[in-house]
Amino acid sequence: MTAELRTTAGESLYPRLEPLLAQIQKPIQYVGGELNAQLKPWETADVHWALMYPDAYEVGLPNQGLMILYEVLNERPDTLAERTYAVWPDLAALMREHGVGQFTVDGHRAVRDFDLLGVSFATELGYTNLLEALDLAGVPIHAIDRDESHPVVVAGGHAAFNPEPVADFVDCAVLGDGEQAVGDITDVVKAWKAQGRPGGREELLARLARVDGVYVPRFYAVSYGVDGTIAAVTRTRDDVPERVGKRTVMDLDEWPYPKTPLVPLAESVHERMSVEIFRGCTRGCRFCQAGMITRPVRERTITGIGSMVEQGLKATGYEEVGLLSLSSADHSEIGQVAKELADRYEGTNTGLSLPSTRVDAFNVTLANELSRNGRRSGLTFAPEGGSERIRRVINKTVSKEDLVRTVTTAYANGWTQVKLYFMCGLPTETDEDVLEIAELAVEVIRAGREASGRKDIRCTVSIGGFVPKPHTPFQWASQASAETIDHRLRVLRQAINADRRIGRSIGLRYHDGKPGVIEGLLSRGDRRVGRVIERVWREGGKFDGWSEHFSFDRWTAAAAEELAAFGVDLDWFTTRERTQHEILPWDHLDSGLDKEWLWDDWQDALSEEEVADCRWTPCYDCGVCPTMGTEIQIGPTGRSLLPLTVV
Amino acid sequence: MARQPDGPPPPPTVQKLRIRYAKRGRLRFASHRDLARALERALRRAQVPMAFSAGFSPHPKISYLGAAPTGSASEAEYLEVGLARRCDPEAVRAALDAALPVDIAVIEAVEAAEGTGSLADRIDTSVWRLELPGLSLAELQPAVEAFLASEVVTVAKRTKNGLRDIDARPAVASASAAEEAGCAILHMVVRQVTPAVRPDDVLAALAAVADLRPPSPPRAVRVAQGRLDDTGTVADPLGPDRMASTRCQGEPAPV
Repeated sequence: MTAELRTTAGESLYPRLEPLLAQIQKPIQYVGGELNAQLKPWETADVHWALMYPDAYEVGLPNQGLMILYEVLNERPDTLAERTYAVWPDLAALMREHGVGQFTVDGHRAVRDFDLLGVSFATELGYTNLLEALDLAGVPIHAIDRDESHPVVVAGGHAAFNPEPVADFVDCAVLGDGEQAVGDITDVVKAWKAQGRPGGREELLARLARVDGVYVPRFYAVSYGVDGTIAAVTRTRDDVPERVGKRTVMDLDEWPYPKTPLVPLAESVHERMSVEIFRGCTRGCRFCQAGMITRPVRERTITGIGSMVEQGLKATGYEEVGLLSLSSADHSEIGQVAKELADRYEGTNTGLSLPSTRVDAFNVTLANELSRNGRRSGLTFAPEGGSERIRRVINKTVSKEDLVRTVTTAYANGWTQVKLYFMCGLPTETDEDVLEIAELAVEVIRAGREASGRKDIRCTVSIGGFVPKPHTPFQWASQASAETIDHRLRVLRQAINADRRIGRSIGLRYHDGKPGVIEGLLSRGDRRVGRVIERVWREGGKFDGWSEHFSFDRWTAAAAEELAAFGVDLDWFTTRERTQHEILPWDHLDSGLDKEWLWDDWQDALSEEEVADCRWTPCYDCGVCPTMGTEIQIGPTGRSLLPLTVV
Repeated sequence: MARQPDGPPPPPTVQKLRIRYAKRGRLRFASHRDLARALERALRRAQVPMAFSAGFSPHPKISYLGAAPTGSASEAEYLEVGLARRCDPEAVRAALDAALPVDIAVIEAVEAAEGTGSLADRIDTSVWRLELPGLSLAELQPAVEAFLASEVVTVAKRTKNGLRDIDARPAVASASAAEEAGCAILHMVVRQVTPAVRPDDVLAALAAVADLRPPSPPRAVRVAQGRLDDTGTVADPLGPDRMASTRCQGEPAPV
């Protein structure tokens, strides 16, 4: 039976898909053929990877992580990697009607035929889309029901640092950087297939569980105490690690990916190419999961950046290059990088941008260099907290004076649009903290009008509800309820509109508090939450990151019914503050951060004490470097970029 | 007064190229916006010295002429691009063709000739070829005849403002049925009117007059575009430019 099924493995579904594409919205997202896409003959590869971004094509295509792994895997002669994305409901309905399974956009091959399905979770709101894709693919949604003919479902991305809510649906999760891990996994699968699949799926997963950074949930049993908290997490085999550590790529210059970024025909959310200039962040913002789990800081050198920009522009034709990282102005040679790139691309209409700039790292010279050859886009700053007090709590310290001065300088130098990002619902926050956002915005506009002599400057305040994340000092915190968030957003809006003469220059963008509550459930959930996800999906839930598809009522009803049997509920996972010694669902997954340090940092947050960046001050013992055998890798290198020879 | 960026204005347009290109295969599912993005990026990759508009957001000087609908292939799409430095049109064609995905082909590039009028004035009609899988000539033929015999055929057309009734008949200058390898083929010459009458609208009209309902979605190809003359012929819109470029200098233009 299995052999029969596999005889047509790798065959293109396109002839059956094409008539369906004529009947749906935006068919271009399903046809593939992007610039720099790769298509290998099925038989030439020993190992076949389908890589999925569990959201719409326009969101998933520009994802750097997936693009990197796609190239890294396809560079191996023995491996083939193709991409697949979440299918919109209009096409999904037709696929079910006509028996066409989830397919890859490169070869339009059935996902069911691949050896591995790698899914990158940047956010937990993609979980229902995983179930939909598995079901469309004809793969059982529960890992335990799969046999050796089914792909191994591998989760990655930041959300994989707590994969417990999807533990029943994935076969394994990779913690940390994927570049090297995917190679190791490929080797294991290749050897197991070459040996004739000894021991079936169980043996394959056991071998994968011994790969550094790979967590196989089925080999860990979770028990719960009477109060609903986790009593213990224990291994069910003694040949798997007690705690699974993350992977860290130490030399970014050795991994200059993506070398040839994919360029879609369809519109995507990022119409530019990106070069990651460093990975990791030690600023220590306490809300920031990305900054905590990607330590230590590893910079790409100025020459490494230069050659990636050069090669990438040639390969794509993009007119903008994003210099990507968690806090790009913090690169030790950022001034020189910006100036020398601007020199190289003088007169070519090629713009540079820094997607995230700290207020204290901004300067006008840098900003001018970035926009010298391209479009002058708006400036974005992320103070995150409205008051100086709350900024001390979250360890993103910048004084109100500095903030106003920086933004005013930008207005005085010709920028007319400044965007400010904030969160609300932060630990210890009161209405007063949030109201200070209004004061700040008003002052920024007043000072900006005076400094620039213009009335048409604008400031956009963008604000969202804070969601506590695993592996951060706020992992113990009580999440603010949707009502609290919505109340604070209401008083903020009233305060901004109080003086119309100023208020009309201030835009307010916000999301209501409801999606954040569900994100909170999925972020800090344990295996019991899997039943909620499954129920929501069975009742039609998918594309939860999209307001037109997200249904809060469906989630709350499913949570109430599925969690009742365990004596816990939605609030238990979200608004409940955890105690120091509670076993957290992700404690057996090691991000390198010392749990005691995290607790101390949480206590420091409550007493409004700051901690400095260890790049420039002594180590504060977060634990990552000694645990993971890594160290900070930063410049300056003292090197510089030579002018490119004109073609 | 609008603010201007510092520095000199961008170099002016010194040459205008008119380009005919095709979208084929899987890329028939590309929308006009998708194609425009792909073409602009390919022009950059091919290092074609495009002229740019002035201002804080400089845009390349490219204009597109009436795009074939999403889902339709085309052998005859047109654009005009302004260059800041003179180039050999054939070299630009070849470089651009090489920089584009295989399913977008650059068929011809000519220099816009002075005094021959705009490209838009030379295009008012499309020639279409529709494959109708699952239909035979015997089914298609009477439907086409019934349609041509009608004076008015009202169909509902989906527009931005919801469904709207249009008369599909007057835009169709001619139509005929054929068969290839057992598959019915509809050839037609359709005037570019407002609101547009697209292949889908003509099929809806065939359903209205003769209850013709293709079992699977048709594959439409725009074969040509140009100006429809009294004899029913569609003239090549690049003809005047091509003629001007092959004339010797000083030779008078044909009357």
